[in-house]
Amino acid sequence: MNAELFLSASDPRPMYQQIVDQVTAKVMAGDWAAGEALPSIRELAAASRVSVITVRRAYDELERAGVIATRQGKGSVVAERDDLPAALMREELARQLAALLASAARLGLTRKELHRLLDQTADANPGAASASTTRTGR
Amino acid sequence: MSFAFSLNGVAKRYPHFELQDITLALPEGQVMGLVGVNGAGKTTLLRLITGIAAADAGEVRVLGHRLPAEQVAAKREIGFASEDMRLYRTQTLRWHMDLMQQIYPAWSEDYARELAKRFDLRTDQALGGCSHGQRVKALLLLCLARRPRLLLLDEPTTGLDPVARIEVLEALADVLRDAGRSVLFSSHNTHDVEQLADTITFLHKGRLVASADRNEFIDRWRRIVCQGALPSGLSAWPEIASARANGSLVEIKARAWNESLPARLAAEGLQVQRTDAMGLEDIFITAVRSGGAA
Repeated sequence: MNAELFLSASDPRPMYQQIVDQVTAKVMAGDWAAGEALPSIRELAAASRVSVITVRRAYDELERAGVIATRQGKGSVVAERDDLPAALMREELARQLAALLASAARLGLTRKELHRLLDQTADANPGAASASTTRTGR
Repeated sequence: MSFAFSLNGVAKRYPHFELQDITLALPEGQVMGLVGVNGAGKTTLLRLITGIAAADAGEVRVLGHRLPAEQVAAKREIGFASEDMRLYRTQTLRWHMDLMQQIYPAWSEDYARELAKRFDLRTDQALGGCSHGQRVKALLLLCLARRPRLLLLDEPTTGLDPVARIEVLEALADVLRDAGRSVLFSSHNTHDVEQLADTITFLHKGRLVASADRNEFIDRWRRIVCQGALPSGLSAWPEIASARANGSLVEIKARAWNESLPARLAAEGLQVQRTDAMGLEDIFITAVRSGGAA
């Protein structure tokens, strides 16, 4: 497993958050599979050139979020759940929905108007529209 | 927990400068960045830890050894690089590498060669003909390849061009792989230390302004922009480091942010427009100017 993450000081997110987001993205994409060992905290810190404390904080957050599991003395592994990538994507969708509702509320849109906008957008994007006609996934 | 170094109530007086009441420790395996303007006392502090200078008061311990009494044992495990250290200008880097190899049993020839390649250094060139940047990197190579348990670097990135600066920081990051090695490095630039350091220590006019984990600084400090009239007495709030107004726009820098602050500001007639995290440089300057702790 290549330990280097691409972190940037000009990214407005704090370093640990960039690590959390990139590890989560790698798990979602299937780059890092369930049960696979993660680089050690020191290895990831050295390869990505950030402090050990920053990586430790990121791993703590990832563990709380259920993305990784840490075994005492054995290091961390990607959480062993087959549905993990899907679960992470659903969480991401839930965040986006909350943001959507907040924007709609600021515009004073009714729920009906929001539904109509969503349908219109789906119709205008045929690739994404399949989700509205055929039900896939859980 | 074992410490790479610990200072307890340390003081050192020079005719025009005084380092006062420094209590500071670095747990083994960690990296500490020492930040301060020129003349803050960074070099004096490093010299006390290397055993080159003796403290007038207080206790200095390095890797379990008391200084200055056990400085011979301590020095074997310390690697110190500073700008005013001189290499032999008529000799090559190779000659210096051979010299170090004879003195230090832990010298790693493989690592030295890898560093020479990474730093883009020619080992067969006399150092007198090298640029400032090349000499700084040569000195750092000689220090790193000894694999000392405690690496003390005085402004290792000062005066380097941007490419050389990154090369040096990348070489320092290698040290993170080994939990038994610790680093203390100084800089007048917060950007150099903030990415690699576990702990950041601010020094100003010979005193310790603050020493904490980087995230702690970032979590505690906020820049708050408000709309309204600046209430008198706001600067006296212990959590406020600075407050200034321009018309109805008020900028506040808080050293102890908490969720209740916006409501308390609102009670004073200030509507919070935005709350932003602050960079370490801004935190350091604001702390120094406000005269309080960071």
